[in-house]
Amino acid sequence: MSELRFDGVRVRFGTGRSGMVAVDGVDLVVPSGQVVGLVGESGSGKSTLARAAVGLAPVSDGRITLDGVALSHGGRGRSERPVQMVFQDPYSSLDPRMTIGDSVAEAIPRRALRGSAARRAEVVRLLDLVGLEAGRADAYPGQLSGGQRQRVALARALAGRPEVIIADEITSALDVSIQGTVLNLVRDLQRQLNLSMLFISHNLAVVRYVSDVIAVMYLGRIVEHGPAEDVLGSPRHPYTRDLLAAAPDADVDNLTRIESDPVLRAIADAEPADPHHPPAGCRYHPRCPVGPLVLPERSDCLTVEPGMDHPNHAACHYATEMLTARGLGDPRL
Amino acid sequence: MTTATATPGALRGVVESPWVGFVLRRLRRLLISLLVLVTAAFFMIHLIPGDPVRASLGATAPQELVEARREALGLNDPIWQQYVDYLRNLVTGDWGSSMTTDVDVSQIIADRLPATVEIAAYAFVLIMLVSVPVGVLMAALTRGGRGRRTELAFTSSSVVIAAIPDFLLAVGLVYVFGVSLGWVPVAGKSTVESYLLPVLALAIGPTAVLSRLVRVEMLTVLDADYIRTARAKRLPARWIYLRHALPNAVTTTLTVGGLLLGGLVAGTVLVENVLAWPGLGSTIVSSILSKDYPVVQGIVLVYGVGVLVINLVVDVALALLDPRSTIRES
Amino acid sequence: MQVFTGVERPEGLSRWRAGGGRKWAAGLGRWGQALRSPLGATAATLLGLVLLLAILGPILWGDRADAIDTSSLSQGSSSAHWLGTDSLGRDIFYRVLVATRLSVALALLATAIGVATGVLLGAAPWLLGRRVGRFAVATINVAVAFPALLLVLFFAVIFGVGIRGAVLAVGLGMAPYYARVTSTLVAGVSGRDYIAAARIAGLGRMRILLRHILPNIGEPLIVNATLGAGGALLAFAGLSFLGLGVQAPSYDWGLLLNEGLNGIYVSPAGALAPGVTIVLAGLAFNLAGEVVAKKVGLRTANVRTASAYGPVPAAAVDEARPASDKDTAPVLAVEDLHVTVTGPAGPVTPVRGVSFTIGRGEAVGLVGESGSGKSLTALAVAQLIEAPGRVDARRLEFQGTDLLHTRGRAKGIGRLLGTSLGVVFQDPTTSLNPTMRIGRQLGEVVRRHLGKSRGEARARAVDRLRAARVPAPERRAHQYPHEFSGGMRQRAMIAMAMMGDPALIVADEPTTALDVTVQRQVLRLLEEIRAQKQVAVLLISHDITVVGQVCDRVMVMYAGRVVEDLPSSELRTEARHPYTRALLAAVPGMAADRDRPLTIIPGRPVDPAHFPPGCAFADRCPLADDHCRAAHPPLATDGAGRRVACWHAGEPLPVVTEDNVGVGEAS
Repeated sequence: MSELRFDGVRVRFGTGRSGMVAVDGVDLVVPSGQVVGLVGESGSGKSTLARAAVGLAPVSDGRITLDGVALSHGGRGRSERPVQMVFQDPYSSLDPRMTIGDSVAEAIPRRALRGSAARRAEVVRLLDLVGLEAGRADAYPGQLSGGQRQRVALARALAGRPEVIIADEITSALDVSIQGTVLNLVRDLQRQLNLSMLFISHNLAVVRYVSDVIAVMYLGRIVEHGPAEDVLGSPRHPYTRDLLAAAPDADVDNLTRIESDPVLRAIADAEPADPHHPPAGCRYHPRCPVGPLVLPERSDCLTVEPGMDHPNHAACHYATEMLTARGLGDPRL
Repeated sequence: MTTATATPGALRGVVESPWVGFVLRRLRRLLISLLVLVTAAFFMIHLIPGDPVRASLGATAPQELVEARREALGLNDPIWQQYVDYLRNLVTGDWGSSMTTDVDVSQIIADRLPATVEIAAYAFVLIMLVSVPVGVLMAALTRGGRGRRTELAFTSSSVVIAAIPDFLLAVGLVYVFGVSLGWVPVAGKSTVESYLLPVLALAIGPTAVLSRLVRVEMLTVLDADYIRTARAKRLPARWIYLRHALPNAVTTTLTVGGLLLGGLVAGTVLVENVLAWPGLGSTIVSSILSKDYPVVQGIVLVYGVGVLVINLVVDVALALLDPRSTIRES
Repeated sequence: MQVFTGVERPEGLSRWRAGGGRKWAAGLGRWGQALRSPLGATAATLLGLVLLLAILGPILWGDRADAIDTSSLSQGSSSAHWLGTDSLGRDIFYRVLVATRLSVALALLATAIGVATGVLLGAAPWLLGRRVGRFAVATINVAVAFPALLLVLFFAVIFGVGIRGAVLAVGLGMAPYYARVTSTLVAGVSGRDYIAAARIAGLGRMRILLRHILPNIGEPLIVNATLGAGGALLAFAGLSFLGLGVQAPSYDWGLLLNEGLNGIYVSPAGALAPGVTIVLAGLAFNLAGEVVAKKVGLRTANVRTASAYGPVPAAAVDEARPASDKDTAPVLAVEDLHVTVTGPAGPVTPVRGVSFTIGRGEAVGLVGESGSGKSLTALAVAQLIEAPGRVDARRLEFQGTDLLHTRGRAKGIGRLLGTSLGVVFQDPTTSLNPTMRIGRQLGEVVRRHLGKSRGEARARAVDRLRAARVPAPERRAHQYPHEFSGGMRQRAMIAMAMMGDPALIVADEPTTALDVTVQRQVLRLLEEIRAQKQVAVLLISHDITVVGQVCDRVMVMYAGRVVEDLPSSELRTEARHPYTRALLAAVPGMAADRDRPLTIIPGRPVDPAHFPPGCAFADRCPLADDHCRAAHPPLATDGAGRRVACWHAGEPLPVVTEDNVGVGEAS
């Protein structure tokens, strides 16, 4: 029903030399009723992209549209906010001085429901939807656990009658034993309400569990995206492979495979790039195990920025021929 | 994000050194503040309801005298003309003359300024010498909830002392040392002993405030993770206090110390009046009371510039002491 | 830019007060609690007295204070006139009492003007948006740079000498400070996610300001205003004293002081009495503000020394590991470790009876959820628990040296721990001293403990940085921590742990703050060090998969006890404790079935202040029966050295999903 579309979105913070382009020309579609998982490391711009979609970050170029209509955030003209967001930290995302019932009620569009009785009933319905008893409406956030707060945050997002929900690292502040219940809830709600969803996480396994489509971001750009099984099953961008190899997965013992090749090792130990000064050419080349630092003949990576016209829309010049790289013993490659 | 922003700043060469940007920013702010100050001083006279000259000379003064004085002060020119003249005169050192005594304002300031600077400087040195060691010591004794009695004694006594305004302290000191004990002269500037009362009156309050602040700041720093790291290195306690904690507490201490110094400049106004100290402070009050506006204008400017210079010095000192400050400012 | 939060303020008379207002938390109960402390009671009494006097003073003694007695002009204190008389023969004592109303009323009025103007100015950046807001902030910054008294004098010139002028002058002189406080507080709160959520929900800026921001900055504002009233009182007294404020025939304390000072030789009481009342009234406001600030702001101020933890109960069942490895003395031996810390409601013991040994070059992982006591165990082992926290154990030996009964005071112990035990903390950003160059921070260890020269220490630091795979170590050693990236900082921490000749590195969640790719680098580094130098590693983590990857052995902690201890190679197959198995199942792996709900652990972790009598995991355990709830299972060791504390160890588990247990955690 609702499709969230990013067209060449660019977000720039600051001006002049201290300025930084956090999101640089991102095209991404969140198809109706589907979950798009967005992964990347800190500084990749994934949270900025999410904040741009709800108007918390300035879009300096490009368009964000919902079903073809540009999203407007400034005006008070429309009381319904079709894109809602759930934040990472459940301890700062709820006003400590407001009962959770009030917090949820506040997010119900004023035009949608008039009368306090109707609004109260709606709050009860929403709390029930996220598995919280109606009696909890009078509790303050301080009386709830992290997992319960995240449920409240979900209820508040749903109160805005959204067509798209953006979930920004919503489980990373939670203990593992709680994480599962929140993920299950997110999945149930998404299927039950047929929501479109942009699900952001640094944890590939979590993203894999909830997402239909996966997009990988690196230094402000999407470097690979496609159906989850393609991106994870046959990753084409070396960064996606790196992420997969680093994924916390007890089945594979990564650390026993210490590379003996000094060049590869130096690359594996390279520092993350600086978003203020993205490298020329392919932005990933200083860390790329199949790039110009390992294979000198691949000098085009140093100067030419790869397009997305490769399998899995991977932004890599060698997306189709990476398998020939030396010294890579990862069974997934 | 901050991590990433920090790295390249240092990697780039001297050309793009953060210092250049820091100095430029700081100069710009100083200039803007100066302009605001001068403009405020200029408009001070024009914002006074009614005719300042008439108010100054009194209702009985003949109209011709008022007119003549207005003309001499340029008050009949258009306002922008007056403003430009004012700026030009300031730069050339012509700060006008007193409406009551006709002495040059710059002359009055030159006569009175040294006495004020003297007591402010001595008081500042005294404050720093006492409050930093006391604050560090108190932090060491009361951290982590120990020494609750010491903490209570220190906190309550410093609160009480800090609640006494400096002019009342001056009165109290006059009573104790001057009237009761007769050790020192109660007013005026004469012998070395005559400095004792004004300097003490100025220093005692800020010392209480600053030593409290040093303690609180030290306690915060002692809670920091890097202090735990230092403890994990099994460094001696004294070393941890002096080498790891104090440098990190110095930022706030110095910032507030600078504000205190600026405040000291203002504090001299009251203390000088109590003790009849022949500085700028007693002059500005008598000038306000006698509506001698050019003198007031001049002294306000001097005080303002003094405060701005102190702020500048503090900022530069902070930048030198704290490796993060130049970058944090941007 | 200097930013002041909390309760620092100029008092109009060149004073700044440092309050501890840092964490402003919700909770109205503490206001009442504040009144019950001795300091709070004093403040409340004083303030009540001052306000009462302000209301009743003129009504009761107004006439007597104005009565002119020409027969006794300018007299000292006597039985008829306690504080003597002034130049018109009026009784100074009654004049001081009556002056309370004018002094306090003017101070409050000026404070109201100052706070209102300041809050309006300070909230302007939020209401007007970025560009206009920046201008407002710049204006505030320029104005706040000038001492309040200077502003007061400036406004006094403009508004003229007298009450009206003085009120406006003092009020406006305070305004920049409150503008600064308000804008700082607003900026702090407006960055929080609930403000972002309110904006997404479509609330207007004004509405957000009133509903979300002001309620959350109300407490510090009120505290500041209370302190400000004290300051205004003093400022007013100063102005009147100078003759710029209240004019005769009206009188306030400042004016009385001015009159009294002239006769200080004849009648010192006449000068001192108004002075004392000024101080007392100022103190009343200040104390009230301080007390509230302290109670509301500094939650840690309530920490009290723990009541002595009794001797380790003999009934603590945990069995120590059998002394099987006598031949190779363990690097670390811990028996029946208890750690007691102060909680909000008295001492709690989150670690209760932990026993383990670590052999040379062995990597042991300690896993658990938040509150399980794993980090406290690590800190206790590293001897970093400070009073009022307490460490008790039957045995705590490092490299064969008893740590327990020396408490690190002896110089030899400090040197042993400093050089042989390295510690790596979770957050490398806050764990390195920001004002010290990396090289010096590293070099300290060998300089202090091994007496090396500055040059030797530096060379060693560079060498260790290189070993920790920090590129260009010579240059890096000369840099400050903020010039390092997160991963590099953690490498520097590891290099620091290797400065001596470590036998054990305790790493407390060393990768939690890092990205996955960086996490892998850091873990690989630890693994290399262990392999090359035979350094034992105690790795604390909440992530059982991370520990499984790096360590030889995994210990799982729950509610302050080790519940299972087994080789990590057997983690997937041989785990017998239901909690260990649940933890493993709850982590979505890369092979998890997307069409089935994730396995969950119902319920919540146990609060260390309320441990249940039996097995602490019983309430969340699908195998639990009455015996589990009544009796705590001992940590039993099997023939192969594996340990488990469960009455039903190894029994098959029913599948736990939300379908058959309900949403346990939610309600």
